[in-house]
Amino acid sequence: MSVASEKLMVSAGQGCVDRPVLKQRGQQEVFCGLTGIMWLHRKIQDAFFLIVGSRTCAHLMQSAAGVMIFAEPRFGTAIMEERDLAGLADMNEELDTVVDRLLERRPEIRLLFLVGSCPSEVIKLDLSRAAQRLSQRHSPQVRILNYSGSGIETTFTQGEDACLASLVPSLPSEPDNAPKSLLVVGALADVVEDQFARLFEQLGITHTRFLPARLADDMPPVGANTHFLLAQPFLTDTARALEARGARYIQSGFPLGAEGTTEWLRAAASCFGVPDAKFEEVVSAPRTRARRAVQQYEERLSAKKLFFFPDSQLEIPLARFLGQELGMQTLEVGTPYLNKRLMAAELSQLPDDVVVSEGQDVDKQLDRCRDAQPDIVVCGLGLANPLEVEGITTKWSIELVFTPIQGFEQAGDLAELFARPLNRRTRLEV
Amino acid sequence: MQLTLWTYEGPPHVGAMRIATAMTDLHYVLHAPQGDTYADLLFTMIERRKKRPPVTYTTFQARDLGADTSQLFMDAARDAQERFNPAAMIVGASCTGELIQDDPGGLSKTLGLPVPVIPLELPSYSKKENWGASETFYQIVRHLAPLGPEASERTDISCNILGPTALGFRHRDDVTEIKRLLESLGISVNVVAPLDASVHDLLRLRHAEFNVVLYPEIAATAAAWLKRTFRQPFTTIVPIGVGATRDFIREIAEITGRDADTLLEQSESRLPWYSRSIDSTYLTNKRVFLFGDATHVIALARVAEKEMGFKVVGMGTYTRERARDVRDAAESYGVEALITDDYLEVERLVQELQPEMVLGTQMERHMAKRLGIPCAVISAPVHVQDYPARYSPLMGFEGANVLFDTLVHPLTMGLEEHLLQMFRDDFEFNDAAGPSHLSHGGHGPVKGQVDGGEAEPEQAQSFENNSNSIVWLDEAERELKKVPFFVRGKARRNTEKFAAELGLAEISMETLYEAKSHFSR
Repeated sequence: MSVASEKLMVSAGQGCVDRPVLKQRGQQEVFCGLTGIMWLHRKIQDAFFLIVGSRTCAHLMQSAAGVMIFAEPRFGTAIMEERDLAGLADMNEELDTVVDRLLERRPEIRLLFLVGSCPSEVIKLDLSRAAQRLSQRHSPQVRILNYSGSGIETTFTQGEDACLASLVPSLPSEPDNAPKSLLVVGALADVVEDQFARLFEQLGITHTRFLPARLADDMPPVGANTHFLLAQPFLTDTARALEARGARYIQSGFPLGAEGTTEWLRAAASCFGVPDAKFEEVVSAPRTRARRAVQQYEERLSAKKLFFFPDSQLEIPLARFLGQELGMQTLEVGTPYLNKRLMAAELSQLPDDVVVSEGQDVDKQLDRCRDAQPDIVVCGLGLANPLEVEGITTKWSIELVFTPIQGFEQAGDLAELFARPLNRRTRLEV
Repeated sequence: MQLTLWTYEGPPHVGAMRIATAMTDLHYVLHAPQGDTYADLLFTMIERRKKRPPVTYTTFQARDLGADTSQLFMDAARDAQERFNPAAMIVGASCTGELIQDDPGGLSKTLGLPVPVIPLELPSYSKKENWGASETFYQIVRHLAPLGPEASERTDISCNILGPTALGFRHRDDVTEIKRLLESLGISVNVVAPLDASVHDLLRLRHAEFNVVLYPEIAATAAAWLKRTFRQPFTTIVPIGVGATRDFIREIAEITGRDADTLLEQSESRLPWYSRSIDSTYLTNKRVFLFGDATHVIALARVAEKEMGFKVVGMGTYTRERARDVRDAAESYGVEALITDDYLEVERLVQELQPEMVLGTQMERHMAKRLGIPCAVISAPVHVQDYPARYSPLMGFEGANVLFDTLVHPLTMGLEEHLLQMFRDDFEFNDAAGPSHLSHGGHGPVKGQVDGGEAEPEQAQSFENNSNSIVWLDEAERELKKVPFFVRGKARRNTEKFAAELGLAEISMETLYEAKSHFSR
């Protein structure tokens, strides 16, 4: 788009975080924050996500996952209709009726999120008041919170950020004299969470909790002695909300790959004063396993050129892992938005010649991608097949969000996700 | 406000995308936020299209709302025209775009773009996908068809085929099949639209003698306008199934003033013989429930009853626009049509009716799987597995062959059904294991995938109001278990109904068999 200025901005600052960023404004080919419900509704087992939106929202939810979910999902859409918008129906009354019907049908639900959408935001429907009102009505059986997953404010994984940030004010308070505790923040696959819990315990960090918890009533307490470690890179608002409650941020990269996981654990270990020897003792065996697993793919992936379209916000940590541990060469790493504070440790490990781009003008980015001739492109579902037709190998990024990839035991699986499309392309003889 | 878990149709702008994506040189500029770009994957992933849909989204953000979103739209429209160089453009808004009232149609007029720009008004809060496709196709036809030259004198009989779109259920193969059929009748096909049509093709629409409306949900409005404007008659029969295909040929004979009998001589399908083959006897009176768009439900009900020998025990549609047609069809089978777009209502009815097979959309497939009922998909919405690599039309005589296979495949076949009934305790060959030709675990209720601890469907089927007071004696309960899985729910229900009618407090083995005899077909 012509207003979309493509300029190189060099921001003031210091250190290797400081690098030119290609800022883009144009058509953004990314999901909205509602998509986060796809995994959140499975993660918190007694929560329900009610989108207040349009038919488009409902259609997105059932199409975006790529597969339908066989069991009845713990999400739904209250679809606004003409009579709601024309003021013929009181939208709040309508919403109350929908919530009553829903909770009657699903009596096991303990936590209900009212999720704002583009249309509900544009008409300024006040969901926080609705949540308060409905909470009073359904308390103590059901707690009702709200957040916005709208596409005019959030991209893809930012929906999880908004959801977790909405949880933070309602977390129990930890007394000031509580022992120092670790809070791991960001939805992880259950298996990964269990692995991390074991590692922290072995390190002697006994008070470890996870946000979100698997059940609404098990959400972790937070207080001045809470130190939190981000397991996901997209949790800007959640981090801010936790800090507002007195919790302290443990600066770190993200647990992708053998080295990424080591550094992530080390950040927690040094915060909790774990002796170096102890750290090495605990970490060395799983790290060796992880390195061995990753190495198996090195031959196939080393020196291969990568191009990332912006999608899940995992792009920068992934580029770091693939470069650092597999010798892949990233040409451009796109990210929907750049939080330099949370991304500092990751950015500092990216080679200088990697172009970091923020935002998107998809047609121009496609032009750059074709010119760059990468060996593999990480992109969303709308772009992948058309690029494959052009002879460009792709890895669809949504799989990186829907697969356990964090931690030592998954490092090899993560490498394999990138090796598979290349392998497939060379293997097929048709 | 309507509570929705799954939706049968997308919003109307997705319907417009299906038209734009079907065509070769039309571009759609959509005033919409970034999240709406998800719709691209419907085409690139679910239908495996090789190109991105020709759609430019303005992807406005919250911070643009205070500023100038109309400028954003105009820039996007101008850039799209320059970059993609389409032969014509359509412009409109998605649900959120509609709320900010920027008037894409008016704005694009001020741009003076060098190609025809057709504005779309698709009310997102009252209309849905098929309506959006129909309206878009109508607007395109109405704007473009009059621009073409008048027909020159021609000697052959020709028609247009209207309605097939991108993301249509089997549209690609239906077109091939119907084209072949028409050509075998000596009728040439002038234009197929919108699928694979260019803007230039639409200028030639008026040259045909008549129009074939393949999918009334999409093409009926445009065909009616073409009839009013260019006096082109159109077909009203959708050629799905042997009977309907023959009727379709008769209708064409009438339109073109030719002898139907000669045309019908060509008709051949394997379905009539396969259905008459004694192996198919077991299909008799299989109780089926149908749900989907109006066209497919009406057509498949006829196939089920008249060509397969099934019994239609219920049918319905989400196509409110054609509720009356579906009601009429349902009435002819002695059932009441369910007109709804609420998936939960459909599920309730299926549980109540306990059909032996469900013919539906991908939603019914999931529901049937959960309830342990065999199911075949016969209507959109469908998923990636319903875009098969092989040639598999639903229309015409080859379509009828495909339907025979599709409708038989999920069922337990002939003698196997008898054996299951006779020796139901066999440890590896029992009804819960499902038909032996289907490898994946059969069609018992899918346990463990049921979220939130729903009761086992068979239990849930009991008439709550009746079963409260009626007790099943052990012997009867045990005997009931010997009834094959796929009719057990029905047997339980019938027995309870029978006992309630007689005012019985208990159900004995005797009652079970009394009821069986009472309800015997």
